[in-house]
Amino acid sequence: MQINELQMISTEVRSDIIKMLGEAKSGHPGGSLSMVDILVTLYYKVMNVDSKNPGWEDRDRLVLSKGHGCPALYSVLAHKGFFDVEQLWTLRKLGSMLQGHPDMKKTPGIDVSVGSLGQGLSVAVGLALGARLKKKNYRVFAILGDGEMQEGQIWEALMSAIHYKLDNLIIILDYNKLQIDGPNEEVMSLGNIKDRIRAFGFDTYEIDGHRYDEIYDALSAPAVAQKPRFIIAHTIKGKGVSFMENQVGWHGKAPNAQEVEKALADIGGTTI
Amino acid sequence: MTNVKSPRIAYGETLVELGQKNERVVVLDADLAHATQTAFFGDRFKDRFFNMGIAEQNMMGVAAGLSLSGFIPFASTFAMFGAGRAFEQIRNTICYPNLNVKIAVTHAGVTVGEDGASHQAIEDISLMRSVPNMTVIVPCDAIETKKAVFAAADVEGPVYIRIARPVVPIITKESSNFEIGKAEILKQGNDLSIFATGLMVAKALEAASVLGDMGIDATVINVHTIKPLDEALILKEAARTGKVITVEEHSILGGLGSAVAEVLAEQGKIKMKRIGLNDTFGQSGDPEALLEHYGLSVKNIIKTAEEMLK
Repeated sequence: MQINELQMISTEVRSDIIKMLGEAKSGHPGGSLSMVDILVTLYYKVMNVDSKNPGWEDRDRLVLSKGHGCPALYSVLAHKGFFDVEQLWTLRKLGSMLQGHPDMKKTPGIDVSVGSLGQGLSVAVGLALGARLKKKNYRVFAILGDGEMQEGQIWEALMSAIHYKLDNLIIILDYNKLQIDGPNEEVMSLGNIKDRIRAFGFDTYEIDGHRYDEIYDALSAPAVAQKPRFIIAHTIKGKGVSFMENQVGWHGKAPNAQEVEKALADIGGTTI
Repeated sequence: MTNVKSPRIAYGETLVELGQKNERVVVLDADLAHATQTAFFGDRFKDRFFNMGIAEQNMMGVAAGLSLSGFIPFASTFAMFGAGRAFEQIRNTICYPNLNVKIAVTHAGVTVGEDGASHQAIEDISLMRSVPNMTVIVPCDAIETKKAVFAAADVEGPVYIRIARPVVPIITKESSNFEIGKAEILKQGNDLSIFATGLMVAKALEAASVLGDMGIDATVINVHTIKPLDEALILKEAARTGKVITVEEHSILGGLGSAVAEVLAEQGKIKMKRIGLNDTFGQSGDPEALLEHYGLSVKNIIKTAEEMLK
């Protein structure tokens, strides 16, 4: 798949996110938009999954530890055929298969129920250990938010990934630099995250999280034996919607009807 | 002389037996393998044992991941650090998606003893039974611990097993039936009903024996499963005797006493007293002296029964 195709899909996904949140009148646009290009590359170029058989034992797994970004994942899963695109407009509504945070029991294609920050990476470690124990070759991907790097459990999980030498685990940090109360730098600095992660012993990458070639290269480079991978993806919160980009206020606020229109015009114009 | 054995030793031995029979069983511990006795399993099945270090929150998440990979993880630590420290991980990562993770904790209650209140979980039954999808089992002796572990492995979904640290009398039989959710009448009587759980079952039996000598005929029921609770038996017994005492090595808030009270408050007219830790922390001391100090004693069960029958 060519880069322009990935771009086209990403544009659709970004439009979906805006429309979904507009319909739901709640949700998290900033952190959904920031990881779209990563998710699209994962599902369209990297991960081995089968939408007709979501529970396929040999599939690659994704743990979206920053579960509040799920509108992006729901859109990607719908376009991949895991469920009908029409379901997207039921997001966060009573009885919907698309919960405010991912629920593996309700949504085909969701591998792990997540949402409470800091907990997903541990499950990814368990999945990677499980794959090794079963002598299976599938890989486990985990997407973390920068804010949740402040949770102690993340560092427990990082330690255990190194201790158990999980080279079938690939962690991606969606580093958009903003969290609810403000910039990471002001709320609780991540410091020199690359040095910290490298010091833990990870096969560490630092990329532009909106460049498909860089994302793909980092995700698909051959595994370094016995080393889990950690990809620091620099992203822009609210990416693709001019008035949301790098704005703290758009962490957890849905656009109103006018803003939806403006955002859709933006997305249409900027990413293709 | 009564036979005695520590339920936690039984836990360690049973894990090995279970591990031989079922290759899907894996065990995790948080640097307490020699206290929880999971080290037996670790020595025997190195590939299927994961020491997660002193990091209980991560341990619960990793257990969840292993269960999603088709394994049956038993995650062990002390009750305080399992139910307490990792409460939200158990709630959100394990119980919400109804994952097949068994959380088997030891060193519950004041009988942790000399380590003191910081290590004595007296709220864990309350915490665990409040979470949807969770099954809560509190075995009363070594034999029942073994049955509980096998039964937990057989059911699909999260199970919390609260295992005592000290050596306690063996009061159940290998041959008796163990079914999750079914309480067991150990002694029949007509004057009052004592519902006990965990290591307090033996104390309740002893108290009932003394009460019998005093002319008071008590029923003793072993409530090994706190959730799902055997509501039918509780209602039947309470209706029959009209007097209920609950006994547990746990706070009277939220544990067995509360669970029984909830059933009776909604559906019965009875006299009831809860024996447990009366909304207070524990402290350091000899385990038996602590049980005595907090009224978790044969003497106090007898006294409560006498007062109730006045």
